[in-house]
Amino acid sequence: MYVAVKGGERAIDNAHRWLEDERRGDRKVTDLSVDQIKTQLSLSIAKVMAEGSLFDPELASLAIKQARGDLIEAIFLIRAYRTTLPRFGFGQPINTDKMIAKRRISATFKDIPGGQLLGPTFDYTHRLLDFKLLADGSIDEFEPGKDTEQMFQHVTQFLNNEGIIETEETSSSEAESPDLTRQPLEIPANRALRLQALTRSDEGFLLGMAYSTQRGFGRNHPFVGELRIGLISVEFEIPEIGFNIEIAEIEISECETVNQFLGSKTHPPKFTRGYGFVFGQSERKAISMALVDRALRWKELGEVSDGAPAQDEEFVLYHGDNIQATGFVEHIKLPHYVDFQAELELIRKIRKTAFEAKKG
Amino acid sequence: MSNSEEDFNFAYLDEQTKRMIRRALIKAICIPGYQVPFASREMPMPYGWGTGGVQVTAACLQETDVLKVIDQGSDDTTNAVSIRKFFERVAGVKTTENTGKASVIQTRHRIPEQVLSEDQILVYQVPIPEPLRFLEPRETETRVMHALEEYGLMHVKLYEDISINGEISTAYAYPVKVNDRYIMDPSPTPKFDNPKMNFCPAIQLFGAGREQRIYAVPPYTKVISLDFEDYPFEASRAEKTCEICGATNTYLDEVVIDDKGTRMFSCSDSDYCNSQKS
Ligand SMILES: [Zn+2]
Repeated sequence: MYVAVKGGERAIDNAHRWLEDERRGDRKVTDLSVDQIKTQLSLSIAKVMAEGSLFDPELASLAIKQARGDLIEAIFLIRAYRTTLPRFGFGQPINTDKMIAKRRISATFKDIPGGQLLGPTFDYTHRLLDFKLLADGSIDEFEPGKDTEQMFQHVTQFLNNEGIIETEETSSSEAESPDLTRQPLEIPANRALRLQALTRSDEGFLLGMAYSTQRGFGRNHPFVGELRIGLISVEFEIPEIGFNIEIAEIEISECETVNQFLGSKTHPPKFTRGYGFVFGQSERKAISMALVDRALRWKELGEVSDGAPAQDEEFVLYHGDNIQATGFVEHIKLPHYVDFQAELELIRKIRKTAFEAKKG
Repeated sequence: MSNSEEDFNFAYLDEQTKRMIRRALIKAICIPGYQVPFASREMPMPYGWGTGGVQVTAACLQETDVLKVIDQGSDDTTNAVSIRKFFERVAGVKTTENTGKASVIQTRHRIPEQVLSEDQILVYQVPIPEPLRFLEPRETETRVMHALEEYGLMHVKLYEDISINGEISTAYAYPVKVNDRYIMDPSPTPKFDNPKMNFCPAIQLFGAGREQRIYAVPPYTKVISLDFEDYPFEASRAEKTCEICGATNTYLDEVVIDDKGTRMFSCSDSDYCNSQKS
């Protein structure tokens, strides 16, 4: 006699214990510390903080450790934690003019006031495996020069002085910048909401979308007006005392693109902008974000859409979130046998009818 | 507020979030079958694994409630176990496998065989709340279609099914019309379960977390499966008998029991099957 399968609970407990064991790995090797992750895997941390929408390197490191280096799993841990935190207000708009930049480059001008500052970039490294790191990780300390301690005016400002690039409008109220994590996403979304969705979107998704615009699916002729990475302060107005106080200093990447624009029925020819802003050192994503932002702006600039995926707000905003995507894609591994059974019965019935019709 | 685990608020969600969900639930009850947008939160389980149902359950639970969780009709499927354990941990409520003893039942893919009562709430986990989604992928379009009660596309789809296959080829998530107004997705339950929704005494609540939608069927509300006069809706099941309890009127699982592919059939609703056996 067949007895219905029991023991789901014990199976789950065992799976969790096995998972923990595998996470720890070979006990002869030193346990990886959260500090090591925090100080030596900072680009992974940037991704987890950006897509987890929580700036906290310590928690991001912990999540990466717990997730065995699976960054989407780590982002998920951060998101699930973040959602339990109370939201206590609306911060002051961040002024990136005041950034202390460690990297700042422009592709549109040969030289710029303050100079091009390469900073700690992979850009001109030769991608050769450094076998020395297998044996010895000791590296001389580097002392950056004085030029890394100044603030720079934005490069696009020089174009703006000439009136040849559109002026960005700032939004400073909550009504203009709704919170994606506290309200359901509704389409059409304003630019503030789109940018929120993009900055927490999956880097790979945005990269693919941005790449598709460069290959002709919604081309928007971008130049990197400026890319900058560095520290900025976050301020919050405390109503009781009536002025702003600095509550954090965070590292961010910002990319402003300058895009060709030949004019439309509603707008004269001038340069337009795409904007990317991401937590941490994450310039691939900042550039991608700027391209996709610009692609999504066709309607407000009076352009005609090519019908390209990157121009489709509903497509981009609904599918860029890797936590939503991974959950739903992976959920098909859950039991679906009740539905499968219903399909089985249906197919059997239709086949039977078809065979009988053939015979008859 | 008493917690089984001090780090969490009762039933995990903070009170503001619960209030937001309850507002959406009340709106949903007032407009049967209408999909109410709500600010779904990230939950500590993945999207697609019942986050909508879990949020609805969390917003409904009180300390005196008795919770039952089923997946595929059974209390012992892994995800049902996982969700039940979650609420034991964060709400400390009593749980049960007995359908009649539960005040809140969270389900994925089935409606219990036992007729529910006025004292019960049935919470469905919903993956895709939009019944028109696979006819029209854009939410911006489908919301207008519902607003205008423009359901021609759905009827054309059902008609085409009949002209190609001789019958409506939807076996689960079979669309229903609620209170003569909204077409609604019953969640991916087999169409065998659809008639149980009609004039059901219990409150039926539907939560779609990833899609940020809540909808509801109030007690004793008309829920009709879409069909045509000459092709009436039929609640189909495997024409077999449960080999454990002998039931002939329940929805059955088909289980492969050896390498030769021999099949056996048994009730999908494990609690119902146990109750018939004894
Ligand atoms: Zn049975």
